Amino acid sequence: MLSKAADRSPPASLPGTAANPRPVPAVRLDGVVKRFGAATALEETWLRVEQGEFLTLLGPSGCGKTTLLNLMAGFLEADAGEIFIGGDLVTSTPAYEREIGIVFQNYALFPHMSVAKNVGYGLRMRGVPRREIAERVDAALALVKLSGFSDRSPRQLSGGQQQRVALARALVIRPKVLLLDEPFSALDKNLRGAMQVELKEIQRRLGVTTVFVTHDQSEALSLSDRIVVMSAGRVRQTGTPDEVYRHPQDRFVAGFIGDVNLLPASLLARAGERATVAIRDLRRDVEAATLRGCAVGEEVDVFVRPDHLAVRQAGEAGTLPARVAALVYQGSHIDLHADLAEGGRVVVRMPGQGALATYAPGTPVGLVVPQGGLAAFPARDAAPSPLPQGPPDSRPSSLPPEPGSTR
Amino acid sequence: MRRRLHTRILGLSGRLLVGLILAFLVLPAFVVTLAAFNDRAILSFPPAGYSTRWFARALTYRDFRIGLWNSLVVTAWASTLALAVGTGFAIALKRYVFRLKGGLEGVLLSPLIVPHFTIGLGLLVLATGIGAARGFAVVVLTHVIVVLPFVIRSVYISLQNIDERLELAAASLGARPGRVLGTITLPLLAPGLFSGWLFAAILSFNEFTASLFVTGQATQTLPVAMYGYVREFADPTLAAVSVIYIAVTAALLTVANTFLGLGKVLNVEQGR
Ligand SMILES: Nc1ncnc2c1ncn2[C@@H]1O[C@H](COP(=O)(O)OP(=O)(O)OP(=O)(O)O)[C@@H](O)[C@H]1O
Ligand SMILES: [Mg+2]
Repeated sequence: MLSKAADRSPPASLPGTAANPRPVPAVRLDGVVKRFGAATALEETWLRVEQGEFLTLLGPSGCGKTTLLNLMAGFLEADAGEIFIGGDLVTSTPAYEREIGIVFQNYALFPHMSVAKNVGYGLRMRGVPRREIAERVDAALALVKLSGFSDRSPRQLSGGQQQRVALARALVIRPKVLLLDEPFSALDKNLRGAMQVELKEIQRRLGVTTVFVTHDQSEALSLSDRIVVMSAGRVRQTGTPDEVYRHPQDRFVAGFIGDVNLLPASLLARAGERATVAIRDLRRDVEAATLRGCAVGEEVDVFVRPDHLAVRQAGEAGTLPARVAALVYQGSHIDLHADLAEGGRVVVRMPGQGALATYAPGTPVGLVVPQGGLAAFPARDAAPSPLPQGPPDSRPSSLPPEPGSTR
Repeated sequence: MRRRLHTRILGLSGRLLVGLILAFLVLPAFVVTLAAFNDRAILSFPPAGYSTRWFARALTYRDFRIGLWNSLVVTAWASTLALAVGTGFAIALKRYVFRLKGGLEGVLLSPLIVPHFTIGLGLLVLATGIGAARGFAVVVLTHVIVVLPFVIRSVYISLQNIDERLELAAASLGARPGRVLGTITLPLLAPGLFSGWLFAAILSFNEFTASLFVTGQATQTLPVAMYGYVREFADPTLAAVSVIYIAVTAALLTVANTFLGLGKVLNVEQGR
């Protein structure tokens, strides 16, 4: 249990404390909490979004991403904590004074206004002279490659075009921060890819600080400068895509980012920052940080990516015995599903098509487990892995109770 | 084969039933319309000769002229006031969660439950009690109370069809609450407001029971004047007035339909 005092001050590991002053962040959340009735949608959250950064909030449905975004936008009021935008305290500043651009999943274009009127809305509200409005609207539409669509009604546009208009409308006011709540999840896969690239390009060109919400981990990995992984109203890990992908701090992050296999193992030894685990008779080196609270001899789970595993002949030295269960053709690669001898299913991602001919279902094989790129966490029923901000929990029993039968 | 015949008979009788019900719906209007053109000075069916003189009488009869004027004045005030008040309440009900919301909802919709004569009687007693007598204000107030639930419902449904994120987007673009209301909410609400107003107007124009209690000689509305007339005379003038009533209401709805589409006016279509 943390003490009361420790609860109120930011964790020492967080940047921006007196010890090391840094440039003013575009957005700063200091211990922000949001509750809906008895349920806590967002637990105490500390977050910095740097100037010009592309930050993604990533997590499963209902984890509080939209709540966090709405707090930044001023659509919701925090129950505790402070919010700063560009260094100014805005905790109780209404949305219309925050100078924030927002893009929703459903576009939310004003149906009774033309494209140009939609884009120019924010400028009209600011009393910008007419001539300048026309110029800036044209420029914004050119930016999203929709010049010549000014007089159309939003109804006459495709989903992708509507989302571009929404983006132009948000950007034309030169917002301090651009917020996007799952902007592309209503688009089909090809269009989504194209829009992602375009957004990233525009974001880089304008250098606008961007907070992007998604539950799609590949979208998060490909777009972001940094990712904030959330679950159950709590930030689990903040880091670059590479950090969260390769060095997950807890088993939730490890399981949520990218595809992952779980190998049962036990903790053999621990020495400083490193620990040794045994997967059957294979010894592997892992980071010790994620095994805090786990004693030598206890069971652990080793996480390994499908593309890090390899398949060999059965019985080959230094391999895990397994049996091929299925082969799934994925175009650019093959997913080989194998059942471990000690139970559990793993997926091996194999480039090329050779596997289809070589490994028929039922074939016994040996799995090669790499030396690096592994992460280990205490086994599921053991104490959950530690985080600087108190005990994170993947156990549903510890979730706040659902709000009573409202409505 | 058997089965086919069976379904055909069922289908045929079903259609017949629907036809009968529809015919039944328009039957009163039909009978009254025919009676209005009856040449004889008696309300009867079928008519025994053709004449339009009852229309002439209806339009020149003093009580009807006054009644029509009163009705128009009362309807205009009542429906407009009910629209303003109802819109406010509908927005409050939709947007703000507060204690007693359920209670407020109940009170606002209660005129649907309380009989009109109770409303009329209550207001009559109250008005006499405070010495307000039978002025127009009391009549208008009565009508506001009677039509308010319909206005609130109509506006409430339209509000529900407005995506709240449109207003959030507007706010984030720098629009203060008043401007969000003026540039986003109200324009999108316009069809709902119009239909609410139209409902209120039609209901108020037709309201009789409560009006009977609260109107006096000088303030009597057209339905009350008609009631007074039928107690003294039995000629087809009343039928002629009814036909005029139907024509005016139908004209109103036709205009509304031309400009907005009946689906939108009656609020049966979901918004985008
Ligand atoms: N207005 C509200 N009233 C009550 N509970 C709410 C409200 N808004 C959100 N919640 C609850 O807060 C939690 C977080 O919701 P939020 O919308 O932030 O999730 P999310 O991460 O955006 O999910 P999704 O990916 O599905 O959009 C959920 O459990 C949700 O039920
Ligand atoms: Mg959401």
